[in-house]
Amino acid sequence: MKSITKQKPSDEVKQLLEGFDRVYIVGCGTCTTMTKTGGIEEVAAMKEQLEDLGKLVTGTIVIPTACDEMTETAVKDNEESINNADCILVMTCALGVHRLSLYLDQPVIPALDTLFIGLEDTPGTFQEVCAQCGQCVLGETAGICPITRCHKGLLNGPCGGTNNGKCEVDKERDCAWTLIYRRLEKQGRLDLMRKYQPPKNYQAVLKPKVTRIS
Amino acid sequence: MVSKFKEALNSGKFVVTGEIGPPKGTNIEKMVHHIDILKDIVDGINVTDNQSSVMRFPSVGTCLLIKDHGGEPILQMTCRDRNRLALQAELLFANTRGIGNVLCLTGDAVPVGDHKEAKSVFDLDSVQLLETIRIMESGKDLGGNDLNGAVEYCAGAIVTPEADPIEPQLLKFEKKISAGAEFFQTQAIYDLDNFARFMEYARKFPTKILAGIVLLTSANAARYMTNNVPGVVVPQYLIDEMASAPKEERVKKGIEIAGRMIARIKKEGMCDGVHIMAIGKEEVVPDILAAAGL
Repeated sequence: MKSITKQKPSDEVKQLLEGFDRVYIVGCGTCTTMTKTGGIEEVAAMKEQLEDLGKLVTGTIVIPTACDEMTETAVKDNEESINNADCILVMTCALGVHRLSLYLDQPVIPALDTLFIGLEDTPGTFQEVCAQCGQCVLGETAGICPITRCHKGLLNGPCGGTNNGKCEVDKERDCAWTLIYRRLEKQGRLDLMRKYQPPKNYQAVLKPKVTRIS
Repeated sequence: MVSKFKEALNSGKFVVTGEIGPPKGTNIEKMVHHIDILKDIVDGINVTDNQSSVMRFPSVGTCLLIKDHGGEPILQMTCRDRNRLALQAELLFANTRGIGNVLCLTGDAVPVGDHKEAKSVFDLDSVQLLETIRIMESGKDLGGNDLNGAVEYCAGAIVTPEADPIEPQLLKFEKKISAGAEFFQTQAIYDLDNFARFMEYARKFPTKILAGIVLLTSANAARYMTNNVPGVVVPQYLIDEMASAPKEERVKKGIEIAGRMIARIKKEGMCDGVHIMAIGKEEVVPDILAAAGL
């Protein structure tokens, strides 16, 4: 499982950094290293980019896993150069941005957009397979999530927009319900697709989602 | 109260419905003109609901206009733009204004339309919307609360006989029937031999089927539909026939083809009627019916 991110356009980063002359850059050694959006190389490239803009980069760090509590230690260990900065530019997913904001008084600015929690299908290709809806239907959909992989999140079968097993939104994208149909057929479990699925219960996990492990 | 359209469906006659696509803007003159043309020659007039995810004058507003002009509206409702509260509220309202027919659809995806950045809803799907209507007819809402006054609708849905692959669509077709779909209007069909095969299957179910007839206006439009509209296949011989017509006679040729198809569907008793979609050229619907001998 990985948190999938992409870099914000450089113009947007520039605009977010307006008025901040001294910047400290944080990357992450886990997800954004793997997606090449916030690892050692990308942090170094960002440093150069900011220096070209006339900013002073007071320091950089790639924290092993920016979303966990060890980040607090990393912040303490680098207190001096962090305190020298007007803001922190964060090249981790939004979880890392959030984690850092807990320990810092300065503005924490994301350099990335967090897209989804995904699996690597083939090298370099990531796919969202779970929307964390709190009511897993995979037991009845042959392990393929229609809430996530059907553009409309339909529960009772394909819409009329599907064509040749592809989605109306993108001809390259598989229709989730065609995939589900084929796999259930193979398993001899098509009866599951005949079953009426009632409207989803959005109260099952209310936003913002919080849970306590007892 | 049983709607006039439902009476027509149950009468055993060959049912004909038409369709209005509301305008983008407040100028409703042309639409009203089309309503006046259709109201006395069809058994029901569908009104599309932000079709192709393009923002327009609302379906329910147009249905009220059709009522005002003495026609029989069929309210199309998609699940794309409204959650279950809004859908139910509209079902309550429409019923009090004499709208007694609903066609339940999923709705096209937002990114194919003209507000690509909008949030899509899909709180319910078409099967759940049909089920919702049946629950509201029993005097309850989807939250399990009592309604002070239940609704009564003739509810229908759509099916795509030429979908590829067809099997998942047919499973959904059966689910829609179980959820109470009393009638189906099909996606555009052109190959009547294929359609006859679909009807051999569909006839087993307790529902009425109206074959979708979309007016061809040019060979290019026919090719475009085949290549771009899911589940629509215009056979090459019809594309050639359209191409053979001189430019000024293309629509006439399309009318002739539509009339010929309808006549054969009726003559061979293939299904219960037709749903004619002239896509903005509703003024030619009388000509299509004349060409069909209706």
